Amino acid sequence: MSAPLNYLTSAGARANMILPLTWGVLIISIIVITIISGLLLAAIFRRRRVEDSLLSRPSGGLTWVYAGVGISTLVLVATTVWTMKTLADTVLPPRETRLTIEVTGHQYWWEARYFSDKPGEIFTTANEIHIPAGEPVRFKLVGSDVIHSFWVPALGGKTDVIPGQNNITWLEADKPGIYRGQCTEYCGKQHAHMAFFVAAEPPEQFEQWRQKQIAPATPSPDLIQAVATFQTRCGVCHSVRGTPAGGKVGPDLTHIMSRGTIAAGTLPNTPGHLTGWIANPQGVKPGNLMPQIDMSGADLDAIRTFLQTLS
Amino acid sequence: MARHTQRAQTPAIVTANAELAERLHKLWEIEPGIKGFLGTVDHKEIGIRYIVTSFVFLLLGGVEALILRVQLAQPDLHVLSPETYNQLFTMHGVSMIFLYAMPVLTGFSNYLWPLLLGARDTALPRVNALSYWLYLFSGLFIYASFLLGAAPNDGWFNYVPYANHQYNPGPNIDFYSLGMIFLGISTTVSSANFVVTAMRTRAAGMSINRIPILVWGTLTSSVANLLVVPAVSLAFFLLWLDRNYGTKFFQPQSGGQPLLWQHLFWIFAHPWVYAIVLPAMGMVSDGLPIFCRRPLVGYTLVALSTMATMAIGFGVWTHHMFATGMSDLALSFFSGVSIIIAVPSAVTVFAWIATIWTGRPVFTTAFHYFAGMIALFVIGGVSGFMTGSVPVDWQLTDTYFVVAHLHYVLIGINVFPVVGAIYMWFPKVTGRLLDERIGRINFWTMFIGFNLAMFPMHISGLLGMPRRIYTYPDDVGWTAWNLITSVGAFIFAIGVLLLFHNIAVSLKRGKPAGANPWDGGTLEWAAPSPPPPYNFVVLPSVASRHPIWEDRLDDAPGRSLIDIGLALDKGRQMLGTTVIDAEPAVILQMPFDSYAPFTLAVGTAIIFIGMLYRSWPDIGIGVIVTGIALLLWLWPGRLREGSPEAANEPPFAEPGHV
Repeated sequence: MSAPLNYLTSAGARANMILPLTWGVLIISIIVITIISGLLLAAIFRRRRVEDSLLSRPSGGLTWVYAGVGISTLVLVATTVWTMKTLADTVLPPRETRLTIEVTGHQYWWEARYFSDKPGEIFTTANEIHIPAGEPVRFKLVGSDVIHSFWVPALGGKTDVIPGQNNITWLEADKPGIYRGQCTEYCGKQHAHMAFFVAAEPPEQFEQWRQKQIAPATPSPDLIQAVATFQTRCGVCHSVRGTPAGGKVGPDLTHIMSRGTIAAGTLPNTPGHLTGWIANPQGVKPGNLMPQIDMSGADLDAIRTFLQTLS
Repeated sequence: MARHTQRAQTPAIVTANAELAERLHKLWEIEPGIKGFLGTVDHKEIGIRYIVTSFVFLLLGGVEALILRVQLAQPDLHVLSPETYNQLFTMHGVSMIFLYAMPVLTGFSNYLWPLLLGARDTALPRVNALSYWLYLFSGLFIYASFLLGAAPNDGWFNYVPYANHQYNPGPNIDFYSLGMIFLGISTTVSSANFVVTAMRTRAAGMSINRIPILVWGTLTSSVANLLVVPAVSLAFFLLWLDRNYGTKFFQPQSGGQPLLWQHLFWIFAHPWVYAIVLPAMGMVSDGLPIFCRRPLVGYTLVALSTMATMAIGFGVWTHHMFATGMSDLALSFFSGVSIIIAVPSAVTVFAWIATIWTGRPVFTTAFHYFAGMIALFVIGGVSGFMTGSVPVDWQLTDTYFVVAHLHYVLIGINVFPVVGAIYMWFPKVTGRLLDERIGRINFWTMFIGFNLAMFPMHISGLLGMPRRIYTYPDDVGWTAWNLITSVGAFIFAIGVLLLFHNIAVSLKRGKPAGANPWDGGTLEWAAPSPPPPYNFVVLPSVASRHPIWEDRLDDAPGRSLIDIGLALDKGRQMLGTTVIDAEPAVILQMPFDSYAPFTLAVGTAIIFIGMLYRSWPDIGIGVIVTGIALLLWLWPGRLREGSPEAANEPPFAEPGHV
């Protein structure tokens, strides 16, 4: 069975550096448990000369302690050195980063803002972070409400997202692929449903994706009514660039159909789930911040139809 | 000593006799009726109350855990709403860590210390009574939040900003904040009592190299508590101000610092974790020699390790914060310390194994628990060592791997020794043995259930399951492991119920124990079972670590005196001794039953309830009640019988150092 969040495998430079240490301490631990359990069982069940249960004080016990502690200390010191070495290795990416993505943790979704030297090329997306494969990417982690933690186990360890301070980390994916991430600092009622995905793509494909994301939406004229409905129902919180909807509270939906899931990895992005989510967000993710809006079937249909054009 | 009005007489040294025993009984027995119930200062009564109360909270925390495990047994279940789940996992942690783990050890130490130390009570009996009432009331205070459907919901670690009013507007976090400050007072006064008791009320001759390890454990924990509880009380007080009076200590949008909370919390909470295991490790260090028929190997090393663990334990708190973006220098330092702290634990583990190896184990139920504890300790220890390695910790922190680790540590090193201690000392407390046959079933059910529940959490953790999620999808590979954990949790719960069953059965039908059913070597086994209110007819003098084994250990350094000693029957009296060598220094006039501690605790509770509702009249009433209680407490001449003039007067030549 696949376990996309396991950290016993790795798929990127940072995680690759950590992985041997993880396995190393795991194996050391298993060996220690085996040896000590063996000693304990031997101590309990070893054959003793038949004697009565008189008290005794046989010597030699302390030798055990000195030997055991001596060996343990060597292992611990060696592990400490290995830890320091790995720590030093992982601090900086192996090559200079060209791309910086600002990731903001929200209750209960992820905002990703792609920086660029050209102001017109800065754009925002949510819950699905595309990166070029084979290239280290710098992440600036910004807190907006409570503490979250940014974690893509296949690519590297956790870094907390803390309001009031900007943490920096970096990740690199060796190969194209989709890597699951998850909020790992308890952040409230829907902490459980705060997943995201990192989609690593070949650089040229990533560039295509980027260009497409920069572009605003161009709703066809026959959707004017639907856009207006979206604007009144959803526009206070959500943005769709190219339309008057410019809310900054919820995820930017300009290219929502380019994403594989909705509601921060909770549901696959199918028309049925999309409709269900808009109609009943509190049923899908009880306690999330998207309000339950009472709307007619026609409005719901119009909004869904409009959203489905946002590829 | 202001009341030095008459020359002291050298107190009589007598042989224990029935007439003296009867006189002491009248002096020391708990008064009948309501006065005795509310006013008792008897360490044994208070100890039992502590243990019983902590087990009630253990049961509540256990039921909460089982409900959580039902919700997590399968993916996408809706047994609990997210908010209910969050309240239950928070209260599970709060109950186990604060309302069970420390109080149960406080209970054991309360009951056992004067018996282990050859004394008649702890040094500050009224303070001791006060600590119990404060503990009880603060526990009820925190649990009262359930009545409003607003139990704490931000985990026991209670991170801000989620705990701030803006994100958590209900009274949930106020209950927790005030409850923790409230409980902190209990912990503080209880710790102060233990420190003074260990230092000044040991039997004559019980120099510091003859103290049972349990005493070292609790003493070390108590010193740590005195140092770290202020940090967390302060943190919760600042949070309460933030939430209720608009201060901004933890509000980032106003320049407050979320990480300040984490530092203040963990600089308390990590030492606390050691504080709730060291006394339990002491139980094992004192229990194994009895069942291995030999003294502990490496007594001095084990005692020093206890203190070394605590000392180093003050320097590891940020390993809970490795992912917060600390500087690399800080990461390196705290990582190194967090790994090296395993050394003193290794000393203790090897000392235990050497004790078993060179001894002749008697396979009692208590021995099962102590030996089982060693195995669980090692598993919990090495997983802790893994989390100490920063880069690895970046992966496994806040996953179920850590949940597995902390349960191995807290259940392995607290619950298992405690249950072993119950099997070992139950006969002392009640005069009856627990049933050994049920005991074996009890042990194996708990041991198997525990490992079945907790071991798979390592695996779900390695597979990436985050902590504190109320549900999980079915396509991430955690389903089977969670089901096993849930099943194991119920088996473990059955094991705990078997313990209660055994206690209930044995209280009525258990075999009479006699004073020393296990042939133990320390002083408590010299007292009758159950011990009389005054513990010892004459105060013993101690010449070795095992006063009762001296005849049989050929290298015992001297001969202790148990049946001949000071009578000290002019009022409630016991002996004060010097800190290092335990030379007799002073005769202590001990207090009688008093309403003052109970009243003080009630007054304190009223103040905290008033703070919860921000009701100044209520707070005012509480202040008046505490004032009256303090007056009652400090009023001169409260010591009955025995002349007050003779109180605490040194009858002996002033020792060089006290």
